[in-house]
Amino acid sequence: MKDSIIRGVKFIGLGFLEPLIRLICKEDPKKNTKEIFRKIIAPIASIFIFVGLWQLGSTALYNTEANYKIEATLKSQGEAEAQKIKECMESGEPNCQPNTLPSPAQVYAAYQTLLKDHRVIAADKKAFKEKTFEMNKKRVAQGKKAITYTGRPSFVDQIKTSLKTVFAGFFLALFIAVPIGIIIGLSKTLRGSINWIIQIFKPVSPVVWLLLVFMIVKTLTKNSDSDSSFIISFISVGLCSMWATLVNTAMGVASVNTDYLNVAMVLRLRPMQKIFKVILPASLPLIFTGLRITLSVAWMVLIAIELLAQSPGLGSFVWEEFQNGAMDSNSKIIVAMFVIGMIGFALDRIMLFIQNLISFEKETI
Amino acid sequence: MAILELKNIYKTYNPTKEYKGEILEDINLTIEEGEFVAIVGFSGSGKTTLVNLINGLLKPTEGEVLFKGKPVEGTSHERGVIFQNYSLLPWLTVYQNIDMAIQEAFPKSSKQEKDVRVKEQIEMVGLTHATNKRPKELSGGMRQRVSVARALGMNPEMIIMDEPLGALDALTRGNLQDEILKIWELNKRTALLITNDVDEALYMADRIIPLKPGPKASLGPEFKVNISRPRNKTELNDNADYKKTRNQIIEYLMDLGEKQAAESTTEYELPDIQPKDFRWDSK
Repeated sequence: MKDSIIRGVKFIGLGFLEPLIRLICKEDPKKNTKEIFRKIIAPIASIFIFVGLWQLGSTALYNTEANYKIEATLKSQGEAEAQKIKECMESGEPNCQPNTLPSPAQVYAAYQTLLKDHRVIAADKKAFKEKTFEMNKKRVAQGKKAITYTGRPSFVDQIKTSLKTVFAGFFLALFIAVPIGIIIGLSKTLRGSINWIIQIFKPVSPVVWLLLVFMIVKTLTKNSDSDSSFIISFISVGLCSMWATLVNTAMGVASVNTDYLNVAMVLRLRPMQKIFKVILPASLPLIFTGLRITLSVAWMVLIAIELLAQSPGLGSFVWEEFQNGAMDSNSKIIVAMFVIGMIGFALDRIMLFIQNLISFEKETI
Repeated sequence: MAILELKNIYKTYNPTKEYKGEILEDINLTIEEGEFVAIVGFSGSGKTTLVNLINGLLKPTEGEVLFKGKPVEGTSHERGVIFQNYSLLPWLTVYQNIDMAIQEAFPKSSKQEKDVRVKEQIEMVGLTHATNKRPKELSGGMRQRVSVARALGMNPEMIIMDEPLGALDALTRGNLQDEILKIWELNKRTALLITNDVDEALYMADRIIPLKPGPKASLGPEFKVNISRPRNKTELNDNADYKKTRNQIIEYLMDLGEKQAAESTTEYELPDIQPKDFRWDSK
């Protein structure tokens, strides 16, 4: 019972709960208390320290910025104006707050605002759908296009769009890189001949990939009304992130244990049997390592690409907030930063989970 | 009729440069059908290379390997191989590991026939309870049994064993020796055992041939084992024939070893390394 619970939490990546479970089961209290301190209390303490340092830093920056603003006004417009601005700041009036790093409390407030905003937009959307439901039915029956909601997307909608793009890009990378990786892993000649492409294109920045994809997709989608910004961003994401999988797959296939290959030879497996029964399973751990890197690179690159391609998503959210310059824009950017980080972490955990599920080695990091 | 013949085998891994990578030289060996031959040698003397030449994984640089009078070209289902490190595929269960061999060896049999055959093999090595386990869940001895079942499942005419029991503890070793002998006696296949254990060779084989240590290893004079089967381990110790042959072989091998040591002039400088506190960081 206890062991199966521990195995379960370890399996879903919550291994740090292990000592707590053991302590509850009254097992080796001294060692497990120490473990709890090490694995649970110390990390939580570090979160508090982090927030504290952030608070200190933002206060210091706020003061610097405020003093500068007052002094500047003093020089250009005289004492009366400076006093006015000082009072305005102290009263908490949003319009005259200095523009600098927001404090944790401000960021939390911005988070609440974003959630509220999402609820409003979601309700709006629902109402719109109900309103146009009957009409759309008629329009479709008449062969016309249904009316869709074109209002501003909420923060949560942006997250969904980003996830959609990153998964589209990830699967594109998977379907390109894994087969090619297997083929070039099997043949030394091909590996040698394709190597230069990999070496040259691997370090190319996402920005350049985006421009390249833009050149091609723009022409290809000229006569269709499909969503080209989505296509451009997911193809760029796929192309940027596929290299890790390609290299890892090729390496995994090329470096299969000779014992396994000898077995395949001695049993006289046919080529296809050899690939699917010996080589692929043997290189699966490395392929998955590649896929994990690919997914995290895809997520990282996605934000930059959305920012540049002006396709909807978290990246454009950040960019719009930066351009917007409203009083809580900075806080919203920080909220987006945490959301991006946590989603990236969650994606990595999901990949690890799948990897553990199918790997024969069972203990991968 | 000789089932396997090695004629003037010379093997080097580096044919362009002289005196480098020369493993075997002047190997001549004939194995008759139904015979159990053991080749005994020091580690690093080229035993595995010799095995790979016979099973077809390697080709001799010079000379010929003849199996049933025909030169060996690549591997064949007629020669089953049992590897030293078991070489089971870790992602397949016991059943699947054996099934893979049988699928390839009997492509024309029906599904049921194959299934029956796989189960027979598993039963033969006494692993029915572990049919659906993966190699990682098995002990070393059990793994080697799977490997034996896989090799025999293809119904080979000759079994080639490359130090099959080298990695096992003494007790498991003894058990598996008996099991292999039992299976061998059941249908008298030809068997070639490569080992570094003289006692094992004496217990199992009809004929023992020492392999002189490499580089340029060649075969020494053969020693016949004239002990009737089935042999009994405890009785063997009192058998005069056994003692005599054992002493002869060991003396021969020791002499070779001493000669080798006397010939060697290379001095190896050992690095000055102190052991460090070594501990795995548990994850």
